[in-house]
Amino acid sequence: MLKKLLLITTIFLFSAFNANAGSDGELILKKNQPSEVKDCFENLNRATFAFNQALDGILFKPVASAYKVLPSPIKTGVSNSLDNLSTLVTIPNNILQGEFKKAGINSGRFVINTTIGILGFVDVAKHIGIPEYEKEDYGQSLATMGVGPGCYLVLPVLGPSTVRDATASVASLIGGDAWYNVTVANDTQHFSDFDYYASRVTSGIDFRAKNYDAIENLEKNSIDFYASVKSLYLQDRQQKILNTNKIIETQDDSDWEEIETQ
Amino acid sequence: MGRDRNSVIKTKLMKFRKFILVLFFYTLTFTNSYSIEPDVFVQSTVNRASNILSKNISKEDKINELKAIAKETVDIRGVGFYSLGSVRKTLDENQKIKYSELFESYFLKSFSSRLAEYTNPEIEVQGKDVLNKNYTIVNSLLIGTTDRPEVKIDWRIYTKNPNNPLIRDLIIEGLSLARTQKEEFSSILNSNDGDINVLFKTLEEFSKN
Repeated sequence: MLKKLLLITTIFLFSAFNANAGSDGELILKKNQPSEVKDCFENLNRATFAFNQALDGILFKPVASAYKVLPSPIKTGVSNSLDNLSTLVTIPNNILQGEFKKAGINSGRFVINTTIGILGFVDVAKHIGIPEYEKEDYGQSLATMGVGPGCYLVLPVLGPSTVRDATASVASLIGGDAWYNVTVANDTQHFSDFDYYASRVTSGIDFRAKNYDAIENLEKNSIDFYASVKSLYLQDRQQKILNTNKIIETQDDSDWEEIETQ
Repeated sequence: MGRDRNSVIKTKLMKFRKFILVLFFYTLTFTNSYSIEPDVFVQSTVNRASNILSKNISKEDKINELKAIAKETVDIRGVGFYSLGSVRKTLDENQKIKYSELFESYFLKSFSSRLAEYTNPEIEVQGKDVLNKNYTIVNSLLIGTTDRPEVKIDWRIYTKNPNNPLIRDLIIEGLSLARTQKEEFSSILNSNDGDINVLFKTLEEFSKN
């Protein structure tokens, strides 16, 4: 276990040094600008996107539609449990990004919600005033270390990503995700592989249900749905990497500069 | 008799002068103070849209009324040229006119049908951030319901003419609709060797369907 953690840390530090760039906010912002991310595999990406859309129509959309009508407390509980599990990836990434205080607070949240909150079903930590932070993953950690996103990528089933983010997610499979470690990687006799994969599929359905109308609306009103999804995904990643909701930091005003209509 | 008439005319003239003077000062004061604060503008626009959406009228009527509000409050021409990116510099005057017309039809259809899906949305304006004399970002929150979570919506308001602020972008949970549209248009142009006519045709087809 310790060896695996060391391996992940080494890979990340090595990638960061190889990126040969400071983690200066402006540079990170520039590197992750959606317009800067090349779509090197566009034909393949569009084909995978079409496959994912078909899969969505057959599987995710109908299930999400049924999930949507479940009573609100159940949906909130499921969503809380999934968020609680994702904290197990957020904590090591808080550490990799040098956010030790956040790592401590997130660990506290996880312990409280898993025990008193009945396996995360109730967000007790929120009720007692422990702040909730953004989710972090290994792709975001690499980005904050100055690694650029590389080309845009659409993964089968999993959807939009970038070369950096897809590569970084391997870290979860080699010891970087405690939930994966106790379900799939090691036989703990308490959990099985099924628990891990069920949580991943439920997470996908939960996301689809939460964004059901927005996705339908976007698809209906887009003249190039693939390009819309790509743009929204990359904008969202940029915001998550910078941990900001401030649009002034992510939007270049010069885009609008010369357009005078008044 | 003649004196009386003269005095009546004099009084009338004085009254008229007074009226002109009052009108002049009123106009002066009114013009100087009639700049609309961007947050007030957003809240009033949202309230108008919300009233339409909660009305007991057909969806088609709602769409038509929403289109009228959009024409009045959104800088459709500005958003259109922003969406074109650098290609806008290569268009001749005729192409610009054609594009503006096509974009307006496309925008109004897309915008109103997106909004028409909501029933009685409740949006609360929470603050504003003045970027410069041309732009203010107004922050608001779409109140959550049992069916959907609360959503943060920021509005990019073009304030070059403070008497007539206009919406240039909606940023939903940090995701800019104008930027998404710009990248969508760029993708269509890139896939067709930058041929603007393909974009014109796509916009036309969207508006017709």
